[in-house]
Amino acid sequence: MARSVSTNRKLVTTFFAWAVGLAIFFPILWTILTSFKTEAQAIADPPIFFNFHWTLENYVTVQERSNYFRHFWNSVVLSGGSTLLGLIIAIPAAWSMAFVPSRRTKDILMWMLSTKMLPPVGVLVPMYLIFRNLGLLDTQIGLVIVLTLINLPIIVWMLYTYFKEIPGEILEAARMDGATLRSEILYVLTPMAIPGIASTVLLNIILAWNEAFWTLNLTAAKAAPLTAFIASYSSPEGLFYAKLSAASTMAIAPILIMGWFSQKQLVRGLTFGAVK
Amino acid sequence: MGRITLDKVSKAFGDVEVIPPLDLTIEDGEFVVFVGPSGCGKSTLLRLIAGLEDVSGGEIRINGQDATQTPPAKRGLAMVFQSYALYPHMSVRKNIAFPMRMASMPKDEQDRRIEAAAKALNLTDYLDRRPGQLSGGQRQRVAIGRAIVREPDAFLFDEPLSNLDAALRVGMRLEISELHKRLTTTMVYVTHDQVEAMTMADKIVVLQAGRIEQVGSPMELYRTPRNVFVAGFIGSPKMNLLTGLEAEKHSATTIGIRPEHIAISSDSGTWKGTVGVSEHLGSDTFFHVTVEGFHDPLTVRASGEVALYYGDTIYLTPDLTHLHRFDAQGLRIA
Repeated sequence: MARSVSTNRKLVTTFFAWAVGLAIFFPILWTILTSFKTEAQAIADPPIFFNFHWTLENYVTVQERSNYFRHFWNSVVLSGGSTLLGLIIAIPAAWSMAFVPSRRTKDILMWMLSTKMLPPVGVLVPMYLIFRNLGLLDTQIGLVIVLTLINLPIIVWMLYTYFKEIPGEILEAARMDGATLRSEILYVLTPMAIPGIASTVLLNIILAWNEAFWTLNLTAAKAAPLTAFIASYSSPEGLFYAKLSAASTMAIAPILIMGWFSQKQLVRGLTFGAVK
Repeated sequence: MGRITLDKVSKAFGDVEVIPPLDLTIEDGEFVVFVGPSGCGKSTLLRLIAGLEDVSGGEIRINGQDATQTPPAKRGLAMVFQSYALYPHMSVRKNIAFPMRMASMPKDEQDRRIEAAAKALNLTDYLDRRPGQLSGGQRQRVAIGRAIVREPDAFLFDEPLSNLDAALRVGMRLEISELHKRLTTTMVYVTHDQVEAMTMADKIVVLQAGRIEQVGSPMELYRTPRNVFVAGFIGSPKMNLLTGLEAEKHSATTIGIRPEHIAISSDSGTWKGTVGVSEHLGSDTFFHVTVEGFHDPLTVRASGEVALYYGDTIYLTPDLTHLHRFDAQGLRIA
């Protein structure tokens, strides 16, 4: 009897999991489907699911009207650059918090995290003015700095939790063996934390890739990443759902593919410490 | 050369003084064991010598040079940790090479030393493995190999055998003693196991609550413990300690008699007792004997196999030439 109950329960939970998964994925699926419809079919009521005339014309129009590859390249530079810069700052920071904590370390960590609770729009005007005065508006370097700063708390937190798992004795052994602080971090700590660092990098690239508030407000044309590319299709000219969907699909495809291939690493990274 | 001198060295964590000022000299080539119950500060003392902790006061001299502020790597000491602390992402070869790589030693010299250490420690076949693929004993040998190649002035061992099983522990104990005889380098060894201390040390330092209770050779400590603590700590099984009327008979507050210094008889003796649990080791038998009027049962050692059983009545006679007497402060009365 116990066996049949557990089979039933399994069925229910599996069904429930699929339902939730589909509900989450549905908007993305709908966007991808819409991108292959004509504008008329896109706004048809009742909505058409599969039996429409598949077309690639939206993609052609989008590529003709705006330069996808320039935006794509900007996204790569911004997410890659901000991740790299973030790591350079966060690895030493997390090292010191994990291995030479002070009485205030926990407070500093909480304080850093609290900056994520601030509504970004609250500092938009001062940030805009600072960027304007420094000539950083619509530059890659300016955006790399902003994205680094907004994601830094998460990078430090994640690395801190990974570093905490590394036994301090191993670093002490390195110190006894004559390693300088630099070699200790470079040859011992970092290689041991590679899985953790990889998850952090992946998550940070995804966050930076999808960041829309600052990238939209601080760029115009030159440094605009794919978020701005999408936004340019929700235009005052009227709603072109099919073209907007095509642009969105093109924008999310790279990160979706990357996420798909690295999902194991990502899940491991995000649940690290919780299930050890 | 590896002479280490501690001059009024003390250590406090915040307001808690874990090591009150203490003096100690470790001579060149000596095998010194710090022994004491857990939390007695023995590991902290070793870490102070290593430079992994900063002293709160006093001076540490290595070969006559003040090394109090010298960073760990510059002290010329090598350390073997309890958890082995091997670099898990490096092969055995790279683990052993690491200190030499940090010292920018020429590659061929590195290889020569690695080969020599691997041969001495039976690691030649394992050089390309990762620490995770080795057994506990092999890992410990890699940790020792990593220490040897630096040719340090002194080795520091922090409870290196406590993660090994009993059989392996005896083997490694011999290997480390053997290593000391061969290298004649100073070794400072921390353990809570008094058997390790007795079997390996030239000089034992008994610690309690950060204080040195006694320093001496194993036999000195065994024969003339300076106080009740050392008397009870050194020796296995423990010395029998008696207070009250029995002690007063010998004009002392506490008297001590080791299990091997009590004679057993079936018809006459100083004390009459009842045999409780007995432990048969083959070579020896230990009896726990309840004596009327004594608070704790006495432990008595008999050589070989003795046909005495639970509940038997026996008579015990202490060998008065081996009786230890202590005063009200717990100090030895000469």
